[in-house]
Amino acid sequence: MLKISKLRLVSLFCLMLAVPSMAFAAGGSTYMLKAKNDLNNTESLQRGAKYYVNYCAGCHSAKYVRYSRVGADLNISDDELVNNLMFNASKPFETMQASMSSEDALRWFGAAPPDLSLISRSRNPDWLYTYLKSFYKDSSRPLGSNNILLPGASMPNVFWDIQGEQAPIYHDVEVAGTDESGNKVMRTVQEFSHFATVTPGSLEPKEFDLVVRDIVNFLDYIGEPVKVKRKKMGVWVILYLLILFGFAYFLKKEIWKDVH
Amino acid sequence: MSGLNAWINKRFPLDKMMKEHVTEYYASKNLNIWYAFGVLALVLFVNQIVTGIFLTMNYKPSAAEAFASVEYIMRDVEWGWLIRYMHSTGASLFFVVIYLHMFRGMMYGSYKAPRELVWIVGMVIYLILMAEAFFGYLLPWGQMSYWGANVITELFGAVPVIGNDIVELVRGDYVISDVTLNRFFAFHVIALPLVLALLVVVHILALHEVGSNNPDGIEIKENKDANGNPVDGITFSPYFTSKDAVITIGFLIIFAAIVFFAPTFGGLFLEPANFEPANNLKTPEHIAPVWYFTPFYAILRAIPSKGLGALLMGVAILLLFLLPWLDRAQVKSIKYRGIYYKGALALFVISFVVLGYLGLQAPTPMATLMAQIFTAIYFLFFLAMPWYTKWDKNKPVPERVTFDH
Repeated sequence: MLKISKLRLVSLFCLMLAVPSMAFAAGGSTYMLKAKNDLNNTESLQRGAKYYVNYCAGCHSAKYVRYSRVGADLNISDDELVNNLMFNASKPFETMQASMSSEDALRWFGAAPPDLSLISRSRNPDWLYTYLKSFYKDSSRPLGSNNILLPGASMPNVFWDIQGEQAPIYHDVEVAGTDESGNKVMRTVQEFSHFATVTPGSLEPKEFDLVVRDIVNFLDYIGEPVKVKRKKMGVWVILYLLILFGFAYFLKKEIWKDVH
Repeated sequence: MSGLNAWINKRFPLDKMMKEHVTEYYASKNLNIWYAFGVLALVLFVNQIVTGIFLTMNYKPSAAEAFASVEYIMRDVEWGWLIRYMHSTGASLFFVVIYLHMFRGMMYGSYKAPRELVWIVGMVIYLILMAEAFFGYLLPWGQMSYWGANVITELFGAVPVIGNDIVELVRGDYVISDVTLNRFFAFHVIALPLVLALLVVVHILALHEVGSNNPDGIEIKENKDANGNPVDGITFSPYFTSKDAVITIGFLIIFAAIVFFAPTFGGLFLEPANFEPANNLKTPEHIAPVWYFTPFYAILRAIPSKGLGALLMGVAILLLFLLPWLDRAQVKSIKYRGIYYKGALALFVISFVVLGYLGLQAPTPMATLMAQIFTAIYFLFFLAMPWYTKWDKNKPVPERVTFDH
């Protein structure tokens, strides 16, 4: 009796999961690279902090992030912070502000660069990694560059010297659509395929990928500085609760043994 | 000690209440795990109150400071991240638990006489809880907070003639603004929690007056021993306190797993767009309420007319209130019900889950059609209930509860 109802519940549950996925299995093309960053890799985070200050902090703030917190979490001493990372701050407890003023940003780029404290949470590491690698030369844009992942991005390619110049290669794909009179027709559209190198940068492509990965790792870290610690702590909390569960279970068994 | 006890009991019915509600409250011995969700809801209510108090100590209810103050809690306040994740995870799990608690009631006919009032009070708690969650969701002042509140408050505009005045009254402004945030904060931290606490007491008192239902749907009070206690009943303490302790700790393991390993729950409990501060000039690509509202949101979107959609969304919730009178079956528990009710309940659960899924997705013609079909199923479950429960071939109910140990 009980077994059958459990089986029924399970099959019901599977059906519930299956119905929506059957109806909406069709998806569009998704161009997304894997960031493969590792928050436990402190050296990568330290390099990421350095690259961040060099390539990002000129224009972007991370106004909820304190230098001192970064130093404590990534094993960077106050001296190293002051000498190597804090180009526009004097005390380690200060937050990471951009060097550029927002008025200048509006005038130069048409949009203020977003604060990066939480960019890894509103986007995600894979998106950031893909975005940073997807700039290409486009003379129709005011700053001469465009981005495949975020077309029309105001941000220029800050890695032009180390990455070099690349051009997108497209291929034709057939998509279903409707014409003006509502008839179903197949249309050929161009879809992004991959990038081809136009001029090589000062870094090998693999070295460049590591730089981007380190930056994304740092952005992932500042998005939630406590992430690594929280997971470590979680293991202990759950272990404690499991032991407590054991005691509670045997107590219950003891109390219930006279119930017939 | 006994002197103090006597002194108190002369002035306050401490022992009497303890006996009535804990040590001598009889419940059927065959209550299964479905009967623990009430206790789990209470655990979560306490969690929300306690973590909420600590959040309030550092949160700033102003449009200029709210978002930054939440980040301050996440980064600079000692254990602030834990308190915030416990509160946000608790909010979502509250709805998981409440939905399962309500489903238990539907499965075992707990809403049927003599427990109609227990059900009605519970439904009012559910309504207030939805309002509480809605007000709370604006407080982090993220993009989804802002635009979600915008979409939902706009719904009042569907009311004929005075619609726009109601929207203005709710917002306290022409748009969602600092004024709105402040009043939502007031509702969230004091007005609704007070009402909830009161209603929870009423819910439990009403339940203890009639006694708990059980998986057999048999009234255990109709079969008493020489001492006047139900033959199939055992006292709440120590039997169910010890059983609930086991289940509560098991639940806490799941709770902790989410808090420590997946606090955003893949963007369902904390949405990615809400990590971006509210911006009234930039609409997010896709606005969806938090998952626990999406079944009703899907019903709203399934109807082409906004006014009718909003009306049906309200009716979809209000129909639940009528269950005790829509259900004409002589038996309570699904164990003894015929195939009609079993099938109808299964379809209802499927439609609720599918609508919940559809409400999270961006609308497409196919999704809208699916939402319309499942909205029809959802409503038919209630509207056809008086007939299919009457015609159902129910099984005979035994004299005593089934208990195999």
